[in-house]
Formats: sequence, C-alpha cells, structure tokens
Amino acid sequence: MSQTIATPPTVRLDSDVLGKPISRTDGPAKVSGAAKYAAEFGVTGPLWYGYIVSSPIAKGKITKIHADEVLAIPGVQHIFSHENVPSLAWFDRNYKDDVAPGGSPFRPLHEPEILFSLQPVALVVADTFELARYAASVLRIEYDVEKHNTDLEASIGEAYDAPRGKTGFMPPPKPKGDMDKAYQEAPHKIAGEYIHRAQHQNPMEMFATTVDWLGDGKKMKIYDKTQGAPNVQQYLMKIFSLSTDEARVISKFTGGGFGSGLRPQYQVFLAVMAALELKHSIRVVMTRTQMFSFGHRPHTLQKLRLATDDLGQIQALEHKALHETSQFENYTETIVNWAGVLYPSPNTNFDYQLAKLDVYSPLDMRAPGAATGSFALESAIDEMAYAANVDPLDFRLRNYSYEDPIENKPFTSKRLDDCLHEGAARFGWDQRNPEPRSMRDGNQLVGWGVAAGCWDASMQKAAAKAVLSADGHLTVSSATNDQGAGTYVIMTQMAAQTLGLPMKQVTFNLGDTNMPAAPVQGGSWTANSVGAAVKDACQGIGKKLLKLAQKMDNSPLAGVDFEDAQFVDGYIRANEDITRSVAIADILAASGEEKIEADGKAGPNPINMLKYSMHSHNAVFVEVKVDEDLGTIHVTRVVNAVAAGRIMNPKTARSQVLGGTVWGLSMALMEETYLNNELGRFMNHNYAEYHIPVNADIHKIDVIFVEEQDDIASPIGVKGVGEIGMLGVAAAIANAVYHATGKRVRELPLTSDKLL
Amino acid sequence: MNSFTLTQATATDEAVRDLTSHDGAAYLGGGTNLVDLMKYNLERPTHLTSLGLLPLTDITSLPDGGLRLGALATNADTAWHPEVEKRYPLLSQTILAGATPQLRNVATNGGNLNQRTRCYYFYDLATPCNKREPGSGCSALTGPNRVCGVLGTSESCIATHPSDMCVALAALEAVVRVQGPDGERTIKFEDYHRLPGDHPEKDNTLKPGELVTAIDLPEEGYADHFTYLKLRDRSSYAFALVSVAVGLKMNGNTIEKARFALGGVAHKPWRDQEAEKMLEGQTASPDLFRQVAAKVFAEAKGYGEDSLHNSFKIELGKRAIVRALKQATEMSQVVNPNVFLNSNP
Amino acid sequence: MSQTFIQEPLDKAAPHVVPAQAVTLNVNGEDHTIQIAPWTSLLDALREYLNLTGTKKGCDHGQCGACTVLVDGKRINSCLALATVYQGKKIQTIEGLGAEDNLSPLQQAFVDHDAFQCGYCTPGQICSAQGLINEGRCKTEDEVREHMSGNLCRCGAYTNILSAVMEVLHDGNVVVDNGVLITIPVAPTKASSAE
Repeated sequence: MSQTIATPPTVRLDSDVLGKPISRTDGPAKVSGAAKYAAEFGVTGPLWYGYIVSSPIAKGKITKIHADEVLAIPGVQHIFSHENVPSLAWFDRNYKDDVAPGGSPFRPLHEPEILFSLQPVALVVADTFELARYAASVLRIEYDVEKHNTDLEASIGEAYDAPRGKTGFMPPPKPKGDMDKAYQEAPHKIAGEYIHRAQHQNPMEMFATTVDWLGDGKKMKIYDKTQGAPNVQQYLMKIFSLSTDEARVISKFTGGGFGSGLRPQYQVFLAVMAALELKHSIRVVMTRTQMFSFGHRPHTLQKLRLATDDLGQIQALEHKALHETSQFENYTETIVNWAGVLYPSPNTNFDYQLAKLDVYSPLDMRAPGAATGSFALESAIDEMAYAANVDPLDFRLRNYSYEDPIENKPFTSKRLDDCLHEGAARFGWDQRNPEPRSMRDGNQLVGWGVAAGCWDASMQKAAAKAVLSADGHLTVSSATNDQGAGTYVIMTQMAAQTLGLPMKQVTFNLGDTNMPAAPVQGGSWTANSVGAAVKDACQGIGKKLLKLAQKMDNSPLAGVDFEDAQFVDGYIRANEDITRSVAIADILAASGEEKIEADGKAGPNPINMLKYSMHSHNAVFVEVKVDEDLGTIHVTRVVNAVAAGRIMNPKTARSQVLGGTVWGLSMALMEETYLNNELGRFMNHNYAEYHIPVNADIHKIDVIFVEEQDDIASPIGVKGVGEIGMLGVAAAIANAVYHATGKRVRELPLTSDKLL
Repeated sequence: MNSFTLTQATATDEAVRDLTSHDGAAYLGGGTNLVDLMKYNLERPTHLTSLGLLPLTDITSLPDGGLRLGALATNADTAWHPEVEKRYPLLSQTILAGATPQLRNVATNGGNLNQRTRCYYFYDLATPCNKREPGSGCSALTGPNRVCGVLGTSESCIATHPSDMCVALAALEAVVRVQGPDGERTIKFEDYHRLPGDHPEKDNTLKPGELVTAIDLPEEGYADHFTYLKLRDRSSYAFALVSVAVGLKMNGNTIEKARFALGGVAHKPWRDQEAEKMLEGQTASPDLFRQVAAKVFAEAKGYGEDSLHNSFKIELGKRAIVRALKQATEMSQVVNPNVFLNSNP
Repeated sequence: MSQTFIQEPLDKAAPHVVPAQAVTLNVNGEDHTIQIAPWTSLLDALREYLNLTGTKKGCDHGQCGACTVLVDGKRINSCLALATVYQGKKIQTIEGLGAEDNLSPLQQAFVDHDAFQCGYCTPGQICSAQGLINEGRCKTEDEVREHMSGNLCRCGAYTNILSAVMEVLHDGNVVVDNGVLITIPVAPTKASSAE
C-alpha cells in the first residue's frame, strides 16, 4: 500500500508533526532575503575588507613581496604575508580540525614555500572592498619556480597504501579466498578501468568570514561560512590561543557546503589573524576562482574485476582505487569497501592507494568515496550482468547481501530489495528490452539503466539545550548547521513532537558556538545525532514538567511514570487513561517557574556498532535519450528509491534526494575540473567553464521512500538522506547509455565527444 | 579591477571625442563582458566612455529592404523585435541560444561583436597567453583546450570567438557600421573579425577610437529555411563547442542559395564560401551535406585527442553541419538539441 | 633548474584611486544616496553600502545569476552593472518583492514547493522568475526551464523551482509533471524482529 503525493501538501500545524511534509521554518527568511550569510552581518564600528592574493605557481618559493608600493595607496591598511605573520601555535596538532586527514595541515602564510597553485600568499586589507581588490591586483610578488608534479597517471609508480589517520576512514577489507584462481576459472567475467578527474564542491555561497571586533579584549564574533561552527572555533582557539568567549563562531545560514565547509578554510584564519593584529572588524570573501583552491573530489583511477558462475552468482570480486593527495596530508575516503557490503562473493580482493602530488589535499565532496566507488562498481555490475546474460535488476537481487558479507554482521535494517522492486514497478522496468540499441523514440536511442547505492548510517556525539519559558514557548538550540538539509525544520518538528506542542510554539536555533556542541554537518549524521540530542533535551523538559504536574493539588497524573505519559496537543496525559491530563500551560502557571531548562545529548552506541552493520540504501532507475550523431544525452526520467530508516520530513527529505539525483547527473554528464599538468593549475576555475546542471537539464524525478523501522542504528530511527540520493545515479546513467547505444563509457563525465 | 573615471556620453560624436581625449579609455556598453574582464584584471581601462544614453537603440527598416539594428539595442530587445522574429528568425533564435535572459537584457548588439574569447588561459593572468600578453606563448596548444578552435588557428593562438549572435550575422552577411575619429565607415561582417595569425591580441579590424553604431541586415533573411544548431556541455548557459547557423533559399528540393557559418571552432565566425557554393543549385541530400562538411573541415587541425582536448570538434563539427543543413532544408528543426523538449514531436 | 616568476605590475603608471562621488540609486521605491567611485558594482552597492544583502554574490562574474535584480522590471545580473550608470532607473531587489511576514506569491510558492535548500541562489531565482513573468514570453514547462537557466542552483532544487514558477505563472491552474513522492510504509526488519 503506497501513498502518492504529487506535490507534498502542507499539513495543518498541530503537535503530530514528525514525519509530516512541513515547509521549512527558515523558508520565509530565505525567500525574502532576510536570512543572513557569513558576509552579510553588520559589525560594531567601521569594517575593513581583506582580499586574498593567490599563488600563480604550483611549486617554489616567494623571494620578494613589494608591499611598500601598495601600502602607499591611501586607504590600504595592511598587507599580511609570511614576512609579517604573527607568531602562532607551533605544533601541527593545533592546526588539526575535527575532520583533518593524517599529516601536517596547511598553514596559511606560514612560510615562503609554495605547495600548490592558488595557494594564499597575502591578504591585503583596505577601507573598502573595491580598494582591497585593486590593491591586491597591483601587489608585485617574485617567486623562484620549482618543477612541480600534478600528474596522477604519471605517478602510479609512486603510489602507496592509504594510511589511517582520518576519522571514520575504513581501510580496504581483507581479501577472501583466491581471487585470481576464481576469476580465471569462472565461466563469465569482466574487467574494467574507470576514471574521473577532479571535481569541486562549488557551493553557491563563496567562503566568507566577517569578524566583528567587539573592542573588549580579544572578544570577537566570527561569522563564518562553515558546516560546523564548533570545529572552526576549536581550530581558531588552538592556533591563536583564544578562549571560547573570545572566539565565538556564528553560522546561521550556510549557502551550501557539500563537504567544502567541513574543514575551516583559510579565509577564516586570515580574517581572524587580521582582526587580532589590527584590532579591527574585517570581512574576507574568497573569489569564485579561489573556491578551486582548497580541496576537491580527487581524480580517481579504479580497476574492477568480476566473475560469476553459470547462474550469475558472483564468484570473484576485485576493486582497486588510486587517487592523489597533497604533499602534506594523506587524504583518504572510503571507495572500495562498498562492493563488499552490497555483493557477497567467496573470493575478493581490495586495494586502495594514494599518490602525492603538488596540489591541495582533496576534500570530502557529497558522498565522498561512495560516489566514486559506486560509479565504478555499479557500472561493473551492469557489465557483469550482461556478460552473464542476466537482467541487471535480477542480477542485483540474485547477488543480494542479507548480512554484511565483509564482517558477517547483520544489518540493522536493509530494504534495498524493496527499493529495487518498488523502483522497478514505478519505472516500468518490465517493459525494458534488454538488448542494447533496441529501444527508440523517433531518431533518438532510448536507454534504461539501473544501479544501487549504499551509505553509512552513522551517529556522532551531539548536544542540545531546551528552554521552556513561562509563556509556553519552547526554544531548543544546538551548535549544528543547516547547509540546506532542513535542520531548522526537522529539529523544530522533533521538539514539537516530543513535547506535544504546536510548531509555532517552538523555535530551533543553531550555528553558534555559545550553544551546546554538535558535530560538523556531514556524513548524513545530523538528523540522527542532533535529532536524538534534541529529543533527549525535550524529554528532560518533559520529565521536569511531569514532576511539577505531580506536585499540583490533586494531580491527575499522580503516580504516572514518564514512560507511561504522553505529550499531545499541549497536554501531558497518562497513556492508560488519556482523560488523566494536565495542560502544560497550567503546569507552568502553577509552578511559578520563569523557565524550565534541560540539556540533552546523544551519541553512537559502541556495542551496537560492533554487533551490526548500519547502512542506508537506494536503487536508481533512469531513462536516457541519446542523439547518436551528435552525442547528446538527455536524462528524461529518474526514479530514486531510498531506504534510510524513518523520514522525519518527507518534503525536505525529498528535496535532499532530488538534490542528490541532480548531483549524480552532474557527475555523470558534466563535472570535471581541467588540470593543466604543465602549469600545475586547474584551468576552468569558474562557473562558466566548470559545468553544473541548469534548470533545462533536469526533468522528471520520482522519489520513493521505503521506510524502515530501525531503533538500533538510531535511537530515533533515522539514518539520514544527505548522501544516499546521489549514489547509483551516475552509474545508472552510464548503464542506460550503454543500453541505448551499446557503448560502454568508463570515463566520466559522459560528454558528447565520448559517444562520437 | 583598477580605478577609472567615467563619462556618460549623450551623442555618438561626443562619445568618440571623449574616448579619444583620454589615454587608456574604453567604451562601456552593457558592460556584461567589459566589467567581467575588468574584474579579472584582463582589461585595465583608466577611463570609461559610457554609451548608455546614446540614441542607438532603435531597430529600423532600411530603404533597400534590410533592417538596421542599433548597436545599443539589447540582445533581448533584438531577439524579440517583431521584425527580427518575422524576417530574421535565424538571428532571433541564435541570440536566444546564447547567454541567459539576465545577460541578454543588458548585453548590446555592438558589445556582442566585441566580446572577447573564453579561452581558459586568456582568462587567467598566471598563464602565458599571446592574446592577453603578446609574445608570452600559447598555453592552449598543449594544455586542456576543449573550448578552443580547430579552424584558422595559428601557433600563436587557438582561441575562439564566443558569440552565438555573430554566427548568425555571418551567415546573414550583415554589415557593421562604425564611427571613429575619421568619420563613419562600413565593414562587411566577414571582414570584421580576424584570424589570430601572429597578432592574436587583435580580435577585429576596428581602428582606434572606432565605435560600432549599427548592424545592417540585408533583405534576405532565409525565414523559410534556417536553423541554428548549438552543441554544448549542458543544455543552456554554456558556450558552444560547435554551432552552425544556416540560411537557405530552396526551390522544391533544390538549394538555390546557401549561407552558413560555424561558431566555437575559430577565432571568428567561420564561413566557407566555397562550401556554400557546393550546395547551390544542388538537390539536398545527406551525401551532399557530408561532402560539404568534409570540405569545411578539410584543413582543420585538432590539438589533442582526449576529452580535455579539442580534436573531437572536427568530427562533431562535420556532423553538426550535416544535421543543421538537414534541419534547414526540412525545417524539422530541434533548435537546441541539448534540450530535451517534451513538446517536441 | 630554477626560474623566476614575477607578477609584473598591471598598471605601469603610479596607482591612483578615483575619489568617491555621491550616487543616488532608486531601490525598492526609495532614493538612496551613497558615496562610491565608478568601480563599485550595483551588487556591491546594494550589499556593502545599502545593507540590502538579500541580493547574493555567487561568482561576481555573471556566471551564476545569484545577483539577479530587476531594473525597470527587467532582470539583470547586478554584479556586471556599474552602480553609477544605474542612477535614475528603478531597481527592485528581493527585499522589495515581499517581506518575511508578507511574502509575494512567488516567494510563497517557493516556500510551498520547497524550491530551495541552502537558500543562497533563492533571491536571484525569485527575481529572475519575476522577470520571466514580466516578460510574458514563457508559458510551457520547457520554456520556463530554459528561461530559468540563467540561475544556477547547486543544491539541485530545479524541479521544485519549476513547480513554483509554473504555479504563479498560471495562477495555480497548471499541474507540472516533474516527479512524485511515494512513501512505502515501514515493515519489520530482520534485526529488529529478531530482538
């Protein structure tokens, strides 16, 4: 039994709100321009502007900076460079943020050495933005140029096994059986090499920091573009020896992140350093070009081998990956592990290597590792299905993992099979002629492709605080983030639901380090982690309310335990007899308290993590139409079926999956940063030549949520949907292109030239 | 961006005088290209002569049956002008295939002619580029050059002219009217833009101080048989990898007159008059179109074989010509094949 | 094999800076006079001098549409406009279309259809959509998609943007066929039923 909603309706605001398609509470602020992003906050006193100067070379050393000429321009206040950077923390660990990979983090303006092209080499501070920009353009800098290497394919010989070091990184699974023997002896086998080059997150909002210098010691309000204010605060405190009061980091709205805002970026370092040195408010905003200077999804080379028996059962599975890292850090992501989670095989081999290049460290980008691995794996599965003469959908069901084949642990929940079935039904997969080039629409070839996806359902430590005021308004806060995920509305729902209050009586605040700590927004863990902390805080209020209610004369709730009470429509009621109830407003009035406060926290359950495998899954079906003569590909229809536990808000969750689908399409057809190896520099460092989809590229996308009951992966049953929607999409498109044309393209993006 | 003074001229001769009386001055039309270039420090004028108040926005019929497009009429107003839509639908559709509504609302016809290349290296001061800095070298010859040209290139420069509108104007054999310190003159469209040769820093044949005042279209607008085929890396808001503007006069299945031009492949909108002649008097057929396409690209030179490099444009360009000629003869066009049209038959 | 790379001065002449002058801009029906030099873009004038930060800077080069405002009813990229030459024109920004507690029909439709996620491209999308409606040229889904393609949305809210624009363009009389949401209810799982 399923429910179809053409456009999710807005429900009436009552207290039964969790799981309902409620519009974003921050929506009116965003559509009216009232929502303030990092570069938009006013400051006390005058504001100066910092403009960043970037290195034109990839490797070498600064020999001279002609700062005097520029400082002579009236209105130019200061030029920061390695020559005058103040004495700061010495040890690497002080520069490590919560999500830093292993190695030595990059220190802006620390030394004259150039480690990558577009490295920040100076900050020009002036009275106005225009003057700072101009002054930066006339600053002469001399460099000694050294020979750089940015060529991954030429560096395969120097690759090394990816070391541990980054939080959450899973090394490749250990091999099983005898891969080579099983592969050689199997009746059906395929092998393929897959490649995509660097991609950049490119959120719409450019990285920016406004420092409000409060004139009280070193106290600052630091408005920063980030996916995690607490991570930025910790980073600044360690480097500049600041207290939490001095380095208050605020990030109310984040204009997209997609991973780029997980780590503190160099504009916040530069802005805070300048504010501290000049004792003045300052704003530093990167340029779009500079958005290509601090991390990317790495250029990745993958090799897969698969073999099946005559029944299409996988007997051998091998997945190898290699990508670059910087000279100073070992950036890692989880690329080759997913094959082992999705598909059981008696014989496996996995391999994951890095090569050091003269580039900035790569950086997590939506579904890091999985998006990369999924494209290669799910393309290879499609090839294997064809080689074994099995329908690609059927092939995935025949090779379905009912428990995690790598660690032999049960899944806490897994409805990928239902995703495949429901998605196929919605898409009309049974109408597919499996023969490549068999389907046409006029003069266009039609292709249908399928792929599956998998992401971690994970949880991080998070905290929240709830305050119920005497007038009955509930304010909940947590220093989490909303880069567009819908945190504001789902946490408001969670709080309203927990205490049985209408949405309009609840406010959720985020993005301020004065609030209880929360993890960076990434990994699809915010809904789960912060949601559980918010629930805990609200339950804390609920417990206090119940106690207060029980102190009232002739309390109808006398003797009722918290577990036996329910919070509905402004009342606390006894589960067993709902006529035994007290209005929360009456409790507050009777108590005489000005406000009731409670702290909440949540975190992963280590025992469950040992016992179970926790994942979200999806199945993606796409239709492409290909003009074979011209090589143009249109994705005309997508069905994206997602199993990610409980859906807190189908309206915003659907948007996450729509966005993920667009990202997958973008990865499949458009995204690629062109690296010029002679210059060691990304060349299409702008929105005109780094292509992401426009409205005209996007057509019909159906989203299916296959809900799961899962109280093990999460105390609130939530797995998160930020990443999962992207998975499978790129492979499904490549598979559909194969079905349409008979051409197997293993290199992304699938630009027209690859089909000529 | 450097600092500059700005004058708002109200008459054409005043504008020319203002510009020539300032060293390092430039004309400011809609600014959609110039301001962009100034922000990248690629253009550093110390004075701007703003043309916004000049009376050059009209689109008027000419006594010889043609149409005059004011140089300061916006691209949007031109594309949606009733006379342009009716008599020169090729031009209208070509303009609408370029840029975005926001840019077309500001970009002027004169400015469209004078926009500069989108070559990655021209746009990046950290790299050698002969167009930007003569003698520094051409990074595009070996580096990623997907955006660059394959026809009429030189070892100094393989940049392309990025305009869509100019491709149609080339096919329509427009005439550019200019006014300069020495008075007015006209320039045939094919002579307006130039090939890079040893002087890629020069995009066109304008003399110092000259200002485009109008673009004249001849009477023939090919309204019965035309197409603009634009191939690009996404459906909209992207420069052409290859584009083809075609105007034909047909008698039954016989091509009486043929004009076509290509965008995205050369330093100027690329016309091949010998190839046009191959079509005239002939019966339209796929074979003929293939021969014509082969002729156009006979001398083409690609600069690298993988997808970051542009050799694919030779094959893509040939196919685009064949398709565009087919569409124009049959008038069965999909104007923008990058866009899947639900309403398309 | 060391070589030297010198960033040459871009201006051979001694740097000079043109002083600021009084410039009057008519924004959302009110005249505002600010002190700026000709090098100030309309976008920076709005954001940095008039504190109208609803208009966004996404690229500063006309490549994303986040800075879209309406000038005499027509949509333009304010980042490529020099403020000084926009004196005497009627400039309308997102703040002029409607306020947080008094949304315009387009703004409300964007909220209802969840036509945004991070919200950064949103004011530009809405101004662009208003410009599209003012133009009166587009009616079909395909036309609206093409003519809304001057506004990038990295979050990928395009299908919902289309729904929102079509709703206002056709006074709610058109149903857009761009995808549905289906929810398959919970079923017990192996792990939880084994507990």
